[in-house]
Amino acid sequence: MAFDKFINLKDTCVPLPIENVDTDQIIPARFLKAIERKGFGDNLFRDWRYNSDGSPKEDFVLNNPKYSGRILVGGKNFGSGSSREHAAWSVYDYGFRVVISSFFADIFKGNSLNIGILPVQVSEEFLQKIFTAVFEDAKTEIAVDIDAQTVTIVATGEYESFDLNAYKKDCLKNGFDDIDYLLNSSDEIEEFEKQHNV
Amino acid sequence: MKTLFDKIWDAHVVKSVPDGPDVFYIDKHFIHEVTSPVAFLGIEKRGKKVRCPEKTIATPDHNVPTINQSEEIQDVLSRTQVEKLTENCNNHGIELHGLGSENHGIVHVIGPELGITQPGMTIVCGDSHTSTHGAFGAIAFGIGTSEIEMVFATQCIMQPKPKKMRITIDGELGMGVTSKDIILYIISQITTAGGTGYFVEYAGSAIKSLSMEARMTICNMSIEMGARGGMIAPDETTFEYLKGKKYAPKGAEWDAAIARWSELKTDEGAEFDVEYKYDASQIQPMVTYGTNPGMGIAVTGNIPTVEAAAGNAKTFTKSLDYMGFEAGESILGKKIDYVFIGSCTNGRIEDFRSVAKFVKGRQKANHVTAWLVPGSKEVERLCNSEGLTKIFEEAGFVLREPGCSACLAMNDDKIPVGKYAVSTSNRNFEGRQGPGARTILASPIMAAAAAITGNITDPRSL
Repeated sequence: MAFDKFINLKDTCVPLPIENVDTDQIIPARFLKAIERKGFGDNLFRDWRYNSDGSPKEDFVLNNPKYSGRILVGGKNFGSGSSREHAAWSVYDYGFRVVISSFFADIFKGNSLNIGILPVQVSEEFLQKIFTAVFEDAKTEIAVDIDAQTVTIVATGEYESFDLNAYKKDCLKNGFDDIDYLLNSSDEIEEFEKQHNV
Repeated sequence: MKTLFDKIWDAHVVKSVPDGPDVFYIDKHFIHEVTSPVAFLGIEKRGKKVRCPEKTIATPDHNVPTINQSEEIQDVLSRTQVEKLTENCNNHGIELHGLGSENHGIVHVIGPELGITQPGMTIVCGDSHTSTHGAFGAIAFGIGTSEIEMVFATQCIMQPKPKKMRITIDGELGMGVTSKDIILYIISQITTAGGTGYFVEYAGSAIKSLSMEARMTICNMSIEMGARGGMIAPDETTFEYLKGKKYAPKGAEWDAAIARWSELKTDEGAEFDVEYKYDASQIQPMVTYGTNPGMGIAVTGNIPTVEAAAGNAKTFTKSLDYMGFEAGESILGKKIDYVFIGSCTNGRIEDFRSVAKFVKGRQKANHVTAWLVPGSKEVERLCNSEGLTKIFEEAGFVLREPGCSACLAMNDDKIPVGKYAVSTSNRNFEGRQGPGARTILASPIMAAAAAITGNITDPRSL
C-alpha cells in the first residue's frame, strides 16, 4: 500500500521507556479481526492505555496531555514477537511517523519501513539522553533528517547518525513501496523461474 | 565453503539491489485468515491476481472456535474473516483447507503433515512461527501483510540477507527433558533479543537425535530470541518423515529429491557470524516466570534477583509485578488455574502421546481448567484412533477441535484476568492469552504434571 512521502520533521515526542515492547502490547490479538486497514490507532497499546471498562489509564503516557508529537521513543528491543503488520499500522494510524529505540525487532522494523514509518536506531546512551531531556521538559523537540540520517535533540544540538539503506531511503522519501519495484522486475522473475528447480 | 543457509538463500536470489535488499523468490506461501485480507485487497486494487496460486496454501486457524466447529461461528468479526478467506481463495484459485475439512489445522502443523514443507525450500507466511518449517532444512520465516501482497503479486519479497548463527547442542538429554526445554533453555541464555538480525542453524548430536516433531518445536521458537528463523540440516529422520506424505515426491522424483536434499548441509569449515555451544546434559525441565520467553529457569530453580536479571530493573520489576511473583523465590509449588496444551509449538501427535502417557491412571486437579487443543484434524483423528482421547477423558480432560486457540486468545479460549496458565505455546507476553492472563511456558509433560497436581511441579518427581 502506498504511503505519504516521508518529510524531515522536528517535533516533540512520546516517551515509553520500557524494554521489549512486544507487538501483542502494541496491538492485542483480539483487535486483529478487521478485513480492512482502518481505525487501528484507536487500539494502539490498548491494554496499557485503557482499563477493562474502556476508561483511560491515567498513568499511561498516551493519556498524559503533556506528551504529544509524531515521534515515539521506546526502550530497547522495540516490536518483538508477532509479525502482525497491524502493530505498525496502529503506530502509523495513531499519527507517529518515527519510532526511536536503541534496538528493533526485525519484523517490526521491516513492516514499519514498508508502510512509511522510519525506525531510527540510536545508541543506548543517546536513547537515555532523549528520555532524560523529555522527562525534564516535555516540550523537548527532536529533529529527524532522513537525508543526513541524523537525529538531533534540538535544544542542545546533540545528535547521532542512524543506518538506512539507500533503497529504503529512496522508497520512504518518494512514498514508493516494494511492490512497485517487484512488478517492474517481472521479466527477471520469469527468467529466474525458468532456471529454478525446487 | 557455504553454510546450509547460504546454499538455500543464494539459490533463491533473483537479483540484489545495490545498497539494498535481495529480490528473494518464494517456493511456498502459507496464508491464514488474519493477516491475508488486506493483502488481497491490495492486489485487487492494483487489478492483479495471485501470480502463483499453485504455490499458495490456505487454512483458517488463528480465529476459529475449538468447539462446535460444524456450526456457524458465533463471533461476527471472526466469521467474516474466515468467510473472507474462503471467498479470496475461490477468487484466486488457492487450495483451501477450510474449517472442518479433512486436513484443516494450524498452518504450521498441516504444512509438514501433508508433506508440503520440504528441504531446500523458501517458505513464508504472515505469521512469525513460520520458522517451524526450518526443521526440514528449509528457509522459513514470518512476514508482514505488505510482504504477503508482494508474494501474491510477484512470488518474491525484498529481503536483506540476515547474518548467520549456529547453536550446537551435544550430549544426551536427561530424563523428562524435551525439545521444548532445549529451546526455552537456549532463549534464557541468549535472551529474547539475542538472535535479532540472525538466521540460526541448530546442530549437534542432541539435535540430530530428535524426531521431526521435536525439531519443529525448536525451530518454531527461533523467533522468540529475535531470530528470523531457525533450521536443521535434513537427514534420514527428515526423509523418513516425509516419505509417503500426500504432497511429497513419489517414485523417481522421490529418488531425485533425496539426492538433492542430501547435499543440503553446512560444509566443513564454513563460517558463521556467531556460534553458541551447549551441553544437553546440563539442560533441566524449564518454565518461564516473566513476560517474555527469555525469562526462563529450570523448574527447580529460583526466579533471579533484580541484581542478577538481564536488562533494565524497571522492566524486570514490571514483569514480575504482572506475574505476581517475587524476585529470588522458588517457582515450584505455585498454584495454577489453567493448562493449555496445543499450538504450533506443541500441538502435534507426539505431544499428545507424551501427555497421555503421563496422565494415564491419574486425575486432573479439580480446580484446574485444562484445554487440550490438537494442532490439526489429523492429530485429532490419531488421538481418537490411538485411544488417547479415552485416556484424557478418564483423567478428567477434554480434547477440543483444532486451531490456534488460547495461544493468542483471538477466539473465546481466553485465560481470565489474573489467572495462571501453564501453556505449551510460545509466548508469555502480558495479555497474550487474554487481558490480564499470566502465562507460564512449559513442555507438554510439564503442563500435564501441573494439571494433575494443580501447581508447578517437576514432572520427574511424579
